[in-house]
Amino acid sequence: MIALLRRDLMLAFRAGGGFGLGLAFFLIVTVLVPFSVGPQSELLSTIAPGVLWLGALLACLLSLDRLLALDFEDGTLDLLATAPLPLEAALSVKALSHWLTTGLPLVLAAPVLGLMLNLAPSGFMWLIASLALGTPALSVIGTFGAALTVGIKRGGLLMSLLVLPLYVPTLIFGAEAARRGAMGLDPGTPLTLLAGITLGTIALMPFASAAVLRMTLR
Amino acid sequence: MSLWEYANPVKFLGLSARVQPYLWAAAAICVVVGLTWGFFATPDDYRQGSTVKIIYLHVPAALMAINAWFMMLVTSLIWLIRRHHVSALAAKAAAPVGLTMTLIALVTGAIWGQPMWGTWWAWDPRLTSFLILFLFYLGYIALWEAVEDPDTAADLTSVLCLVGSVFAILSRYAVNFWNQGLHQGTSVPVATGGRTVADVFWYPLLISMVGFGLLFLSLVLYRTGTEIRLRRTRALLARSRKDV
Amino acid sequence: MPELGKYATEVMAAYGASLLLLAGLVLLTLRKGRRARAELAKIEAQRRG
Repeated sequence: MIALLRRDLMLAFRAGGGFGLGLAFFLIVTVLVPFSVGPQSELLSTIAPGVLWLGALLACLLSLDRLLALDFEDGTLDLLATAPLPLEAALSVKALSHWLTTGLPLVLAAPVLGLMLNLAPSGFMWLIASLALGTPALSVIGTFGAALTVGIKRGGLLMSLLVLPLYVPTLIFGAEAARRGAMGLDPGTPLTLLAGITLGTIALMPFASAAVLRMTLR
Repeated sequence: MSLWEYANPVKFLGLSARVQPYLWAAAAICVVVGLTWGFFATPDDYRQGSTVKIIYLHVPAALMAINAWFMMLVTSLIWLIRRHHVSALAAKAAAPVGLTMTLIALVTGAIWGQPMWGTWWAWDPRLTSFLILFLFYLGYIALWEAVEDPDTAADLTSVLCLVGSVFAILSRYAVNFWNQGLHQGTSVPVATGGRTVADVFWYPLLISMVGFGLLFLSLVLYRTGTEIRLRRTRALLARSRKDV
Repeated sequence: MPELGKYATEVMAAYGASLLLLAGLVLLTLRKGRRARAELAKIEAQRRG
């Protein structure tokens, strides 16, 4: 498992793009927002938590089709499916490496972008907390979407259509926690619910992902 | 004699051909009676004016939109567990019907909301959940279209339906939490324990709901038959190609 | 024709749009069904013949 994780991480760092791309996308989306809604700092600080969450979500989505597609083409997935390691575990590792290369950098970059959007000072901690809690769920759900569409030619757009509705609860609770934090309210309830969603999806989604991947590979 | 006998496509087609004329007739009668009664013969509400008549479309459509997804969930499970092709095809056949029902519920709701709430659309929990349901239907149908091998397509869409159901319920509670509603409570007494609609509005509404249900059933039976024939055509074509 | 008052447009639009959607669904269903039937009949006739 560790070898697989190391391999995935190496590929992500080396293959040029996979790693930095999500981050760059996040940066650009956030920079474009003031252009589209105007530079008033009060307005920006109201919408900052939501914009940052949406940016993070889209950046996650963008990197999903690389998650399994390359391994599917060169046959690595067939090897993984017949390996002694259960496919569920292999896909969990894949999701983890996706989170390490996409989710974690987003979490770390979010405060800097928060500064640019004039996020309220009390909001930074909760923004980081909510992103750190929520992005693993995005990776795990995304793995399911990637597994579902991996056998389809040009499945990228279809995958977005399938994954985005699944992201709704995570987005609602995550952005709500960040928003309440920024407004100085108690973000405890949405944060707890977000943690619940993350833990639940981490526990259950790999089984669904492995099931659909087996159906595709069969 | 058991229900599973109808997992045999020939038996299914036979039974469905026998009951369909009655079903279509009953559906047509109920829909026409319910809607014309509602449209021509009910009084206006003292606050909503004549817009109350939209309820005879809106509520039945919304009801069937949810029931259609539920039916797809059940048939998907049957396919995954017992692998009856008819079951998977019934789920495929039901999806566009459910999509249309969702669309009707959304459109009539928007038209009603414009004069009553002063807005076509509000980010209210019920409205938002229906929009999400609409997206799930779109994704489900798109996945059926995209996968070439029919059995794989049935497998993948079934799992999507299961996972989607869980997330649809999650979203339902999430949006409740996210915004307090503008939408009034349900008008269907099974859900509320007591009736909130007066008799004059209730009877045509009931007939209309029964009509939409029967219409859904007839459409699904007919469409399932279509899917079975398409599948058989495909199989025969493949076989004759092999013979040559 | 019932008296619809000032909301006549809305009510008519709602009924119009819904009936249109339903009619479209039924028509598409019937058309697809008839095609499938015809095609299957053709192929089965070929196999026998």
